[in-house]
Amino acid sequence: MTQLLDTSRQALVLLFTGDPALWSIVSISFSVSLRAVLIATPVALLLAFLLAHARFPGRRVLISTFNTLLALPAVVVGLTIYMLLSRSGPFGDLKLLFTQTGMVIGQIVLCFPLLVAFSHATLQAADQRAWETAVTLGAKPWQAMLTLMYEVRYGLIAAVTAAFGRIIAEVGSSMMIGGNILNYTRNITTAIALETSKGEFAQGIALGIILLLSALLLNFALTFMQARDGTAR
Amino acid sequence: MKKALYKTAFWLIVFVAGTGKAVADTTFIRLATTTSTDNSGLLDILLPAFEKHNEYTVKVISVGTGKALRLLREGDVDVVLVHARSAEDKLVDDGYGVNRRDVMYNDFVLVGPDSDPANIRGTTDATSALSRLVASNSLFISRGDTSGTHNKELQLWEQAGITPQGHWYREAGQGMGKVLQIAGELDAYTLTDRGTWLAYRNKAPLVIVTEGDEHLFNPYGIIAANPARYPDVNYSGAMALINWITSPAAQNMIGNFTIDKQRLFVPMHDLVQPDGNQ
Repeated sequence: MTQLLDTSRQALVLLFTGDPALWSIVSISFSVSLRAVLIATPVALLLAFLLAHARFPGRRVLISTFNTLLALPAVVVGLTIYMLLSRSGPFGDLKLLFTQTGMVIGQIVLCFPLLVAFSHATLQAADQRAWETAVTLGAKPWQAMLTLMYEVRYGLIAAVTAAFGRIIAEVGSSMMIGGNILNYTRNITTAIALETSKGEFAQGIALGIILLLSALLLNFALTFMQARDGTAR
Repeated sequence: MKKALYKTAFWLIVFVAGTGKAVADTTFIRLATTTSTDNSGLLDILLPAFEKHNEYTVKVISVGTGKALRLLREGDVDVVLVHARSAEDKLVDDGYGVNRRDVMYNDFVLVGPDSDPANIRGTTDATSALSRLVASNSLFISRGDTSGTHNKELQLWEQAGITPQGHWYREAGQGMGKVLQIAGELDAYTLTDRGTWLAYRNKAPLVIVTEGDEHLFNPYGIIAANPARYPDVNYSGAMALINWITSPAAQNMIGNFTIDKQRLFVPMHDLVQPDGNQ
C-alpha cells in the first residue's frame, strides 16, 4: 500500500516538473489518434448511413461483421499490418513500418468497426421525418443525409469519442507497428509498457494519469459544447 | 437456495485460494530472469534437472533485467538470474539481495545490415567500430529499456567517448528479438547478446560485424532475496537453486549447452577464479 502511495506521489512530481521526452510522447499519442479518427470518421459515417437507410444485398452480413469486429484484439491488427508493411510483405516498398503513418493505419482499422457499429445504431434510431422533411423541401439526398446526421449529432459525437478512447488507450497495435521508438513512435501506452518492464512504476503511473486527464478534458469539452447548444435553443 | 449456492462458492474460493498460498510458500521458488536466458532455452535444460533432485518447483518470470531486479527489491520473487553487474552490486549493497554468485558469461556482438555502410565487418574492437559507425552516419537501434544489454551498450558509448544522441540513434524500448527485427527492417546496426542473435538470425537480414572484444563479455549472476528484509520469501529454496547452479554438475550442463552446434554460455567454473570463490 505504501508503495502505491509513494509511486503516485513520485508520479505527480514527474508530471509537474515535466521533461521534453514526456511531452514528445504525449504529443505523438494525440497526433496519431486524432489523425486516425479524422480519417476514419467521414467514411465510417457514410457507411453507417447506407447500412441504416439503404437496402442492398449483404447488408445484414455487413452489420454483423462490423459488430463482430468490435471484439478485434489490437495485437491481431498490429500483427496483420506488421506483416503487410514488413520489407518481406506486399507493401514493404512503402517503408511505413515503424513510422507514425503506420500507427495511424493500425488505429484506423481498430476504430473503424466501432464507428460504424455505434453510428449505425444511432442513425437507425433517428427520426425518419427529418429525412422526409428535408427531401420534401427539395434537398438533394446528400443534403438530407447531413440533416439527419445533424439531428442525431450527440449520438454520433459519442461514437467518435468512444472510438478515440479506444485507440488512444490501445497498446498492442502501436507497439507492433510503431516499435516504441523514442521521439518517433513512442506514445503514452507503449511508454507505460516500457516503464513497467524497466520497473519504473512511477513513470508508468504518471503517464497513465496524463492519459486519463486528457480524456477527461476532451469529455468535459464535449459536454460543455452540448450544454451550451442546449441553452441556445 | 440461491444464497446457499453463493455461500458454497465463496467458501470454495477461500479454500482454493488458501491452499494455493500455503503450497507456494514451501515448495515453489519464484525465479525472475532476463528474457535472454529464458528465450535461449537454457532454463528448459537446467531447471528440470534441478527439480528432479529437489522437492522444489521453479516458477520462471521472464522479464527485462531492470524489472527482474525490481521484483527482487520488492520481495516479489525469491531469486534472480540476471546480467547487470553494477546494478546487481547495488542491490546487494542496499541490503535487498544476498549471496550473489557468478554463474556464467556469454558475449555480445555488434550486428548490422549485409551491405555494411559503416564498413566495420570483421573488426574486433567494439569502441572503434562504434566510432566508425557514427562517422558513417549509419542508423543504430538501441534497446533503450535499461536492460543488461542496454547498460552494456551505454558503457561502450562511454568508452568510445560518444554521446549517443541524434537522428542516427533510435531508442526502441523493447526486447532484443523485437529490436533485431527493427534493425533488420531499417538497415540499422544494433548490439545483441549472442543467444538471442542465434535464435533470431534466420529471421533478420543482418550479419555479425564485430565480435570477440573482451569489452563485449557479459557475466551472469544469481542473487537470493534477503530473508532478513522479507521473511516470507523462500530463502532455503533460493539457496538450494544457487548452490545447485554453481555446482560442477550444473556448470557442466551450462558449458555443454549449444544452439546450432554453437556454445552459448561459458560457465564460471571454466574460469580461473583469482579470489578463490566459486
